Amino acid sequence: MLTITQWHEQALATKLDDRSLLLRTSIYKTVHAGGRGHIGSAFSLIEILRVLYDDILRYQPQNPQWIERDLCILSKGHGCLALYALLADKGFFPRHQLNTFCKIDSLLGGHPEPKLPGVEWPTGSLGHGLAVAVGVALANRMKNRENKVFVITGDGEINEGSIWESALSAAKHKLDRLTVMIDYNKQQSYGPTKMVLDLEPLSDKWRSFGFFVFEANGHDIVSLHNTLLASEKEKGKPKVIICHTVKGKGLSIAEDNPKWHHKSKLTKDEIFAMQQAFNLVEN
Amino acid sequence: MREKSLECVYELAKRDSRIVYIGSDVGAETLEQFKKEMPDRFFMEGISEAHIIGMAAGLAKSGYIPYVNTIATFITRRCYEQIVIDVCLQNLPVKLIANGGGLVYAPLGPTHMAVDDIGLMRLLPNMHIIAPCDANEMEKLMMQSVDMSGPVYVRVGKGNEPNISSGKSSLWIEPGEVLIITTGVMIHQALGVIDLLKEKGISCGLLHLSIIKPINKDLILTHLKDVELVITVEEHVKSGGFGSSILEILSDHRHTNPPKLLRLGLPDHFVELYGSQKELLQYFRLDANGITQQILQYLVK
Repeated sequence: MLTITQWHEQALATKLDDRSLLLRTSIYKTVHAGGRGHIGSAFSLIEILRVLYDDILRYQPQNPQWIERDLCILSKGHGCLALYALLADKGFFPRHQLNTFCKIDSLLGGHPEPKLPGVEWPTGSLGHGLAVAVGVALANRMKNRENKVFVITGDGEINEGSIWESALSAAKHKLDRLTVMIDYNKQQSYGPTKMVLDLEPLSDKWRSFGFFVFEANGHDIVSLHNTLLASEKEKGKPKVIICHTVKGKGLSIAEDNPKWHHKSKLTKDEIFAMQQAFNLVEN
Repeated sequence: MREKSLECVYELAKRDSRIVYIGSDVGAETLEQFKKEMPDRFFMEGISEAHIIGMAAGLAKSGYIPYVNTIATFITRRCYEQIVIDVCLQNLPVKLIANGGGLVYAPLGPTHMAVDDIGLMRLLPNMHIIAPCDANEMEKLMMQSVDMSGPVYVRVGKGNEPNISSGKSSLWIEPGEVLIITTGVMIHQALGVIDLLKEKGISCGLLHLSIIKPINKDLILTHLKDVELVITVEEHVKSGGFGSSILEILSDHRHTNPPKLLRLGLPDHFVELYGSQKELLQYFRLDANGITQQILQYLVK
């Protein structure tokens, strides 16, 4: 059992591979085109989405409403830059659309909406995704479907009381095809979660709410993948995977830095720092 | 009316497998028969309105038509953002059955009196608002509610109102120089007002609109042609409610000879009294006598 500090050190030390750098490059280009974005919040999330979309979820990019698809709701909608990078990478929409980020007629807003192929739910206001996921998981069960449902929340997001209402309900209904993945980067907008509204002991909380609880290094592909596979074997309760991540992961000046939570404009120095960090990869 | 609304959910569910019922923590034995016959589609989810609306939206997205039921103040104020984002933004067919619209819960105080619900729901794109006047009208509108595309807010009155709506269209009494426009249970007061005004030699018509949103603008304008004074009556604060929607129509329409408009409703402050619905209607001069007095005072000015 690792302590929260040990998990964080592991996440900080994890070296990113070329695919992870490529996805961050995609985000950098999107941000550069739009002139803004929740950069730190997206960089902490990439590996979680990457493993889901590479190895776990069933979906058809050319048929986003495919009835057999698994559902992935990015409840922390401000992390949408990472979702956009993955969806473009998988071919849900042409990659050049990333350059329209936040433009007046774009499908890619500062928070995601289902008008963009691949986005399942309009999120941005926090604390909504889990309730919706409970409804979808119940519907799947009523229709004898085996589709899985994933919800990705932020850590600050689970300050919201609605999350805990929904957690009670998910456990009551024994929704074992429902998995909550918490992007636990330990920084919210103002500062450390420990200071703003401490979540610890987080795994005990979810366990007491009736969930199977798992922890993973949220930047280590193998750790995430193995944890997801292990969680699939458990039956009779919903699952939560606490993903230990680093806000701004991959860009040293942004790591653990709440000032990178959201940038409404970027300085030349900041753009230069991103260019330097992500210039080795052809996109 | 209240019992009828739930009876209708049961009847709808029997014939349509898309219908589900979700209560929060409503009274014991609510919809027992439904629960017995269709247990998979009966949910009692606890006092968690924000969660319930999101869950209903998830079910609706998956092809179900949830009827969500709890007290009007809780199903509006407590989960407003979920109604806005999870339901209305995606125009999902989540139907809200709101117990105790208006002053029904007078003895329970301001936490339970839903005097701002019409205004709150009226602001939301895609939302339908219905306010029946009796059990007959409740049945008619509930049966239609399935086919109203998108969300519906059902304002449920106290119950046991006399059944007066059978066979009626919106225009109950042809307009005279005066026309009263009501919604929900206020028609029961308005009928008394019309008799009292007649005694004073004032001929007054009555238009009853049980569908507040989308408002039937053409119907309203048709009946306003030769009217000198229009009076709206609602069991709701005057700001932003039913009367305001009529005011907006009048204001935006270019009339050659526009009628005056008197909006009657509750003042812009919290109700700080208890008692009964009837007593509060008297106190706020929204019973037949009070409304008549307010109209006569206005005409004297």
